[in-house]
Amino acid sequence: MTSAPALSVRGLRKAYGEVVAVDGLDLDVPAGECFGLLGPNGAGKTTTVEICEGLVDPDGGEVEILGRHWSSNARAIRERIGIALQETQLSDKLTVSETLRLFRSFYPKGRLVEDVIAIVQLEEKRGARVGGLSGGQKQRLAVACALVGDPELLFLDEPTTGLDPQARRQMWELVEQFKATGRTVVLTTHYMEEAERLCERVAIVDRGRIIALGTPRELIRSLGAEHVVEFAGGTGAAGLDASTLGALDGVSGARTDNGAWQLQVTEVHRAIPALLHHLAHRQVELLELRTHSATLEDVFVSLTGRHLRDA
Amino acid sequence: MRDSLAQLTLVRFREFFREPDAVFWTFAFPILLASGLGIAFRHRPPELLHVGVRVPAGATAAPPLLAALRGDHRLTVETIDDTAAASALRTGRIALLIVPSADTGAGGRVEYQYDEARTEARTARLIVDDAIQSTGGRRDPVAIGERLVSEPGSRYIDFVVPGLLAMNLMGSGIWGLGFSIVDARRRKLLKRLVATPMSRAEYLASFLISRLGILVLEVLLLLGFARFVFGVPMRGGVLQLTAICLVSALAFGGVGLLIATRARTTEAVNGLMNLVMLPMWIFSGVFFASSNFPAAFQPFIRALPLTAVVNALRLTMLQGAGWHAVAPEMAIAAAWAVGSFAVALRIFRWR
Repeated sequence: MTSAPALSVRGLRKAYGEVVAVDGLDLDVPAGECFGLLGPNGAGKTTTVEICEGLVDPDGGEVEILGRHWSSNARAIRERIGIALQETQLSDKLTVSETLRLFRSFYPKGRLVEDVIAIVQLEEKRGARVGGLSGGQKQRLAVACALVGDPELLFLDEPTTGLDPQARRQMWELVEQFKATGRTVVLTTHYMEEAERLCERVAIVDRGRIIALGTPRELIRSLGAEHVVEFAGGTGAAGLDASTLGALDGVSGARTDNGAWQLQVTEVHRAIPALLHHLAHRQVELLELRTHSATLEDVFVSLTGRHLRDA
Repeated sequence: MRDSLAQLTLVRFREFFREPDAVFWTFAFPILLASGLGIAFRHRPPELLHVGVRVPAGATAAPPLLAALRGDHRLTVETIDDTAAASALRTGRIALLIVPSADTGAGGRVEYQYDEARTEARTARLIVDDAIQSTGGRRDPVAIGERLVSEPGSRYIDFVVPGLLAMNLMGSGIWGLGFSIVDARRRKLLKRLVATPMSRAEYLASFLISRLGILVLEVLLLLGFARFVFGVPMRGGVLQLTAICLVSALAFGGVGLLIATRARTTEAVNGLMNLVMLPMWIFSGVFFASSNFPAAFQPFIRALPLTAVVNALRLTMLQGAGWHAVAPEMAIAAAWAVGSFAVALRIFRWR
């Protein structure tokens, strides 16, 4: 690992007409790190990544990739980065190996097509037309196209969106293998699970800005609670209030969203009895009770008051 | 050739030959069209003109007049009575009615009844008159010799094959570049390729190289078919024909690229391509001579790339004209090639 950042972004700005997509964003990704941009759809993740990839010109700010700038060294940067865009449809009529041979031919040095096919586990499909691949296979081929130039920095924009759980797990293994070679990954996602599993550090992006940055553990710890208890009450629930609930034993905070309550909890074994006692005392009927370890989703909710999926 | 250019070009060929529709419209359709037109407009023996001679009911026509007309191999003659004559003439069943006056004989009088607006009626009048007068003893002051000509090169199929070839070069050039590029843009494939170190010039060059390769097949198939099945001639130089095809491929490729510069959807590019090609299908003289259009249109028609290519091909194939004769047409096509590429590359949308 070298000390120079693989990717450094300063004061990035981009607006499409009235809509500000990226609003003064700073990033530093050291070499060898897997960095995640996490946020809801429309948060500006894709625009940020596409500016970094040299596909979109920013209105302001600076991007430095592997010590180079797009304005003076575009070709050299392209030779050293690999990209999987959010929605590329590769040519349906080519086979897997023909597609990879094409992409390989663009790079002065890179990996053997056969090796890359093996890495993405498409050996049995090497002679199949792209049009006949499943969604997960297509996505792995897209990553293979990014790997064939043997990049030092890999950009993955929503690599598992729309994939089934098994295909998603295969994609994660692929990224973990690449990470194991000590190279840098920048990925965007709106799946917390993905960010928590793959990323050393995560930036939570909302409305074109980074609103939180750190390791997944740090971000979750910043909630001040390790667990989340969610419940919904029936008759009498309207009388509940956040300050009373937040002051219960083992609870550090409470918020409500359309009658569904969410408690941030430091100690579940104390909070649950306290909650049940409180509800019984107030004669509130308990309809639903759930508890889970705090996730990045909870971090996002506590920071923005909105859920990632429907924000 | 650099490996990347070779790979890009291979991809173009694969995409083309793996698309059955493209192969059909490029190779089979023009041949089917040529066959259809060749058969529909095949050479027939000259049509006989049907004329009638009016005879009063119960009488016989003047024998010398009828014999004179029946002796002419260009006519079929029937005798017809008063009442039938009027309707036969009106419905066009006969082209001309010959009415001998009662006192026919040497120095007699004959009346022709016909519709002057009908071409075959006017022709019939000339032929009938010729037969009657010469049988009557007319001496022509000028001796006439005749030699009948019917050879390949002057038939409709000869006229239409260069037109079809030019139309095919236009269609496959404009489609080959226009549609493929917009489809790649729509699929975000163009954006993905631009994110690699791929040379953009090589990307566009691969389209031109593959176009030229497919063009060789297109030209050979259509002209070979026309030659062996219909005997369509190739009087000019092969080198000259090759040059015309190359320049036209570049001109139409350039127009296709220009159409594809900005469009984001295949629907949009379809519309644009039809907008550009339709006037040329109509005006450029593929199926009938463009001189049929009013004189005011002619400068516009001459400036169209398809007109230039059609004319150059006809001059070369049918008249065996040399380089200097096709130079103006080739200059027009070359201007389209240079102009469209210059503009297209300036405003091309890579993302």
